[in-house]
Amino acid sequence: MQNHFDVIVIGAGAAGLTAGIYLSRAKVNTLILNEGAIGGQMVLTHEIANYPGVESISGYELARIMKSQAQKFGCTIKSNLKITNMNLQNEIKEITVNNKDVYTSSAVIIATGGKSRTIGSPGEDQFKGKGISYCATCDGDFFQNKEIVVVGGGNSALEEAVSLTKYASKVTIIHQFNHFQAFEHYVDEANNNPKISFIMESKIIEFTGDEKLSKVKIQNLATNEISEMEIAGVFIFIGYVPNTEKLDGIIELNEWKEIIVDKTLATSLKGVYAAGDSIAKRYRQVTTAVADGTIAALSAAEYINSLKKESVLA
Amino acid sequence: MLKTNLTHVLSEQEHAKLLQENENVMICCGRMGPMCIPVYESMEELENEYKNIKFADMEFDMPDARIIRNLPECRSFQGLPFVVYYKNGNVVKATSSIQSKEQITDILDKQFGKN
Repeated sequence: MQNHFDVIVIGAGAAGLTAGIYLSRAKVNTLILNEGAIGGQMVLTHEIANYPGVESISGYELARIMKSQAQKFGCTIKSNLKITNMNLQNEIKEITVNNKDVYTSSAVIIATGGKSRTIGSPGEDQFKGKGISYCATCDGDFFQNKEIVVVGGGNSALEEAVSLTKYASKVTIIHQFNHFQAFEHYVDEANNNPKISFIMESKIIEFTGDEKLSKVKIQNLATNEISEMEIAGVFIFIGYVPNTEKLDGIIELNEWKEIIVDKTLATSLKGVYAAGDSIAKRYRQVTTAVADGTIAALSAAEYINSLKKESVLA
Repeated sequence: MLKTNLTHVLSEQEHAKLLQENENVMICCGRMGPMCIPVYESMEELENEYKNIKFADMEFDMPDARIIRNLPECRSFQGLPFVVYYKNGNVVKATSSIQSKEQITDILDKQFGKN
């Protein structure tokens, strides 16, 4: 069958591409199907300085190399498509793309990654790119000498708030809790920066403006008091949510909609493995995604071999 | 020059020529950054499907990119990339920040007709 592969990998981020590299190099006929851009969350990082063996590289460049490595070993990659149906329960897995093309395989690796969490308050969609941004290095220079807000309390929020002080005249960090989740050195750096101030235990409940964002409405979560702040820009760094909506009810997910896996990265369905940011785990880094991709690929390859042995014995 | 497989617009003159020679044009003005790369990728793929549209990019930081940066339609934009759609030399749509392939396809179908 022309559209049949040994393994289909869903997702072409660090985990998916690594799985593609390992499987293809082991002569396992592999197809990667990817809904977004190649590289996933990795391309959102301008500089990766802690990837072992590489002193400094952009996320885009690392993704480009991984893609080319996978293709060089014979991996087929189809990107920017829409997965419209998945039948993973049977021995032969079926994945429908764009409501018309059906691909089948004996094993599937789910590496669908995650996406930036949005606040979900009124006005957020309307002012995306017109005052609201999710990328400090992309859009920071639009806010030269302007007052901006950073939302979040993790490492990304604190680190980006400090980096945005290169452009903005004042950065206010708004965080929903009374403490930060970020590492202490990021918190110290933000605390010691004279351009940064903090509004704790609060959240933005509305974004307003005309053509551009000009004001946010803030609710104090301790007192329920609502205030308004005139602002030129808001940068949102409140973590990621796993891309597992299409898997709900098909494979076992935890309360945060992350895929539950065992130590071989097998999911609750036979022949279906998962890797990267979409699985239940503590640390989400390019290096951990690469490790997951490797484990899932080796497990899937072993599963494929066991099926082949079974068919020989039968 | 941007590292894409799209036609690169390198000057105001090239921009004018592109609009003169093509009825339907989509230009993505950006950098090699995380919000821009997915848009270039979508355009590279759509280029094969939409033969009636000219797809091009322009480096946001080159001085001649003011032809896009200063468009009235981009006045409120504060997120890269700036993507502009032209029909017969006139701006028919402009977007700021990342757009999915689906969103881009919707705009192309609406502004230039379904492929």
